[in-house]
Order: sequence, then structure tokens, then C-alpha cells
Amino acid sequence: MDISRTEPGGHPAEAAATGPSAQPPARTGRSGRTGRAGGPGRPRTQRSRQRLAAFGFLAPALAYLAVFFGYPLVQNISMGFRDYTVASFYTGAAPFTGLRNYTEVLGDPVFVKALVNTAVFTAGSLVFQFGIGLALAVYFNGRFLGSALLRSLLLLPWLLPLVVSGAVWRWMLDQDHGVVNTALRALHLAGGSAGVPWLTSPSWALPAVILANVWIGIPFNLVLLHGGLRAIPDVLYEAAELDGAGPWQRFRHVTWPLLRPVSGVVLMLGLVYTVKVFDVIMVVTRGGPANASQTLTTWSYQLSFQQFQFGQGAAVGNLLILITTGFGLLYLRSARAGLAEAAS
Amino acid sequence: MTLLTSAGRSRARTAGAVVITAVLLFPLYWMVNASFQPSGALLKASPDWFPVHGTLAGYREAFSGQTGHLLTSLVVALGTVVVSLAIALPAAYALAQLRVPGNLLVVFVFLTVQMIPGIVMADALYTVFSRLGMIDSYPGLILADSTATVPFAVLVLRAFMVSLPRELSEAARVDGAGYWRVFRSVVVPLSRNAVVTAGLFSFLFAWADFLFAVTMTTGQTIEPITVGIYRFVGNQTADWNGIMATAVLASVPAAVLLVIAQRYVVAGVTGGALKD
Repeated sequence: MDISRTEPGGHPAEAAATGPSAQPPARTGRSGRTGRAGGPGRPRTQRSRQRLAAFGFLAPALAYLAVFFGYPLVQNISMGFRDYTVASFYTGAAPFTGLRNYTEVLGDPVFVKALVNTAVFTAGSLVFQFGIGLALAVYFNGRFLGSALLRSLLLLPWLLPLVVSGAVWRWMLDQDHGVVNTALRALHLAGGSAGVPWLTSPSWALPAVILANVWIGIPFNLVLLHGGLRAIPDVLYEAAELDGAGPWQRFRHVTWPLLRPVSGVVLMLGLVYTVKVFDVIMVVTRGGPANASQTLTTWSYQLSFQQFQFGQGAAVGNLLILITTGFGLLYLRSARAGLAEAAS
Repeated sequence: MTLLTSAGRSRARTAGAVVITAVLLFPLYWMVNASFQPSGALLKASPDWFPVHGTLAGYREAFSGQTGHLLTSLVVALGTVVVSLAIALPAAYALAQLRVPGNLLVVFVFLTVQMIPGIVMADALYTVFSRLGMIDSYPGLILADSTATVPFAVLVLRAFMVSLPRELSEAARVDGAGYWRVFRSVVVPLSRNAVVTAGLFSFLFAWADFLFAVTMTTGQTIEPITVGIYRFVGNQTADWNGIMATAVLASVPAAVLLVIAQRYVVAGVTGGALKD
């Protein structure tokens, strides 16, 4: 498909430029400036001009990367080693304190709690949103009336602002007036008339935010996994059916193995995004009660923007970067094949 | 006979799918339901499943209290779209169509920076912006939001432009068009679908953004709708009728997007997430 790869130097433009008779006069004039007109030097001029143009088009983006990602990253790493507080904004002074932010953060009992919560929140969210997403993808992969319409309706929760979803779940999980407890009471599952204290009890807050986050994550899993299912040729299912394979065997031996690459990417993306979830937890429980649903992200926010310990907030943020980078590298390894293909 | 049973099976499947959809979309229904019910009805022991004694008080309250926040979000979202496309379009063109060494590295960097947790960006940008007096300002919030949308836009646009036949721009080059002209008159018009996708998602992200909104503003001068809802929910005497009406209003862009741009959504996101 791509000429430049199969025949190096075989671009129509380059062919036109190397053939002396085909050169428009303007081209001769322009390349004359480089002093290497005609002959084998020609494509190189073409290439260096293209390189210059590419740099021109990339320049704003490169400057943007440096200013809005490079500088903040350096700033955040530096802040992690400094006593950066509200006073620092006025005096400009943020004394270097070495590893003190890190020792304080790591020694804080909230750290262990936030770390465990982050792990439970991430694992719980991934297991349920992937499992439900996969089941729905398989269900909606069958051909039936309204399948496409209903599937696109299911996207709606994904497109809503997370704050909206969080607010709705907070309302639904209200202990006295929430519809979740109403339903549980009707089914005699709520443990008496008091209902489940979803948002006020330390043992229920984390399950509550996981529940809300799973609901938000289902459409993403559904969409990507459905795309993966569509790529599996029908012939394989027909062959398996001829061999007498039932629905479960077809899933186990055709769908599951062939879906593995997509599943891997979906889980990795889900992981990288779930580790840093902020909005949902902030709106539903604000990390409470008593840090029961505090994760590294919300704790970093609390340290920086509520306790104004920017140095400590940055230290937690940097730990978070380490975690996401670790998982990110795994993701890139799994996506490398796709990347090489897209870049060719 | 077989036709009949397969038709029956299809109908059963549709029924099942309707039930599944209803269950999963129930929270949205519950939001709309609450937005039309008087506050007193929301605190009864058994809830009203339909807003039979409906009221528009919540919407009146939302409009009177939140219109400013909605406008703020609109300005920020539109600004983010402009900034994102202005930076991402030329970059995507260079990365997709101008084959030069180092391109892959730049793509890799854009892919990687998407993984930096937002809280880290907020932490660092806050210190920078406060020094520059950009807290509580539109440019500050727009630029902060763009850190999430620029990489996404670059990857989506590039993935699309890679698939544009290079013969088209080569032909324009042979005809004497400069690179800028090729970009403006050939590549961008041909990439319209991808531009719409990148623009819509940038808009939607900036509209829904909460983290930058809550960190880069103090609520004194500008406050986007997400922060408006957050503060609204935080009040002890929670007025769920008004909150849910505000939530419905804040969801309008998503609903509109789903209707008008449905086909771009899946292609755009999977393009950005999987192809690169």
C-alpha cells in the first residue's frame, strides 16, 4: 500500500524531480540554492526540505510538550524534595529537605491505607467492569433486532461527566432515601429497616465507590471488547458448531483465545486509568469516612490542596507516577506491535 | 419452521437486551426522575417511581444558580477545542505524512504523557500558574485542560492521516504547492471526520473536567459546572431535586454528542486507544 516503503526513492514526486526533463523551472531555481542540483543529490535535497517542513509543523507541539509536560514533571520531582507550602508562593522559598517528604508520607498510616484501597479499588473495578463488559459484548454480538441501537444507548454512562455519575450514585446510595436501600429493603436484604450505611460506614464506603466506578467502566469495556469480537471470523464459530461444540465450548475455545490481545489492551488501559481515578471518589465519599475510601490520588489532592503540603502531595504524586509508569510499560509492550504497524 | 424459531429467538434476545439496557441506564432515569420531583417527595420512605406530581422547581433553581457555571464550562470547553486542534493538527500532519526520523519517538512521547496522573499535572501546574497569576482565569483552565486533550487529539488525527493516500499530497506538491498549502487545502479537508472526533472529545473532556476545574479555580470569579455540582452536593442540607436538575443540564452535551456524532465515537476512541 505504501509506495515509499516498497520502492525506496520511488515517489512520483521524487521521480519527477530527478528526471531532468520533467523539472518545472521553479524547482530548478529553488534547488539551485542548495548547490546540489540534479543527479543523485536531488532526493536528498527533497528529503532535507521535508525534514525542515516537518520540524516547522511539529514545533508548536514540541514546545507544548516541553512547557506543559516537561516542566511540570521536573517541577513535581523537585517539589517532592522540598518543603513547599503556602508560604512558598509568597516568599518564593522552598527549602530543600531531601527525602523528608517521602519518609513522612511513607511513615503516615494513611499511606498504607491509601495504597491498599488503591489496589482493592483498581482490582475490584477491573474484575467486575471487564467481566460484565465481556458478558454484554458477547450477548450484543448476536444478531437481533435493535442490537446496534441498544448498544449505543449503553454508551451514555461513559459520556456523562464523572461528577454527574458520582452525584447520581451518591443520591442512589443515600442510607435513608436512596433507591438502592429501598430495593434491598423490598428484597429483605438490607439488614433491618436501617438499610446499608453505604456512605457513612468505613466498611461500606470502598464497596460503594467501586460499585459506582464499575457502572461507569462497563461501556468502555463493552465497546472495545465488542470491537474485538467483531473481528473474529464467523467461519470459526460455524466450524466449531459443526464439530458439536456448545455455546460454552465455543466461548472457551474460540472467543476467549482469539480475544486475548484485545482483552490485554482493555485491561491495561483500564488499569492505568483506574489507578488514578479522582472525580468519582471525590464526589461520592471524598475519600472518607475516616480515609476508608482514600486512594493515593485523593490523598495527594488532600495533601496539596487541603493541607497545603505541596511537597508531600508531590511526593505521593511521584509515587503514583512510578506505579502508572510500571503498568504503562506493560501496556506499551502489549501495544508495541500495533504501534509499529501504525507507524509504518 | 426454522425461520420461525430463529425469529422467535431473535425476539427473545431483543427482550433480554432491552431489560439489560433498562437496568444499566436506571441511574440515568433515576436522575431525571428526581430532577422533576419536589424535594419533599424525594425524602419519603417509599419513592415515587414516576414524577407524577412533577415540578420544574429544580430546573428553575438550576438555571438561576448555575447558568454562570454552565457558560464558564462552555467557554472553557470551546477554548480547549481551539487550542487542541491548533497544536495537534499540524503535528499530526508532520507525524503522519512527512516521513522523517524521530517521528516515532514523538508519537511515543505523546502516548506516554497520557499516562501521567492528572493529580500530578494539577499539582505542578498550580504552582506554575499561581506564580503567573493564571489561577481563576480562562486561559489557565483552558491550558490545563488541554494537557489531557492535546495528546489524544494528536494520536487520533495522526492515526487517521496515516491512512490518507500520500499520492494526493505528493501530487499537490508536484503541482507546486508548498507544505503549508498541502496541509491546509488537502490534508485538513480530507481529515474532516477525524477533526470532528478530536474536537468533540476535546470539548467533552473539558466540559466534564473536574480535577483541573477544582484545583485551578478558587470559586471566586470563575467556576465550571462540575465544581458547581460538587459544591452543591457538599452542602449538608442536600437539595437533591436541584442537584439532579443541574446534573441533567450538565449531561446535555454528552446526550447531544451521542445522537449527532454516534458513528465517530467508537471509531475515534478505538483509533486513539488501540491503533497506537
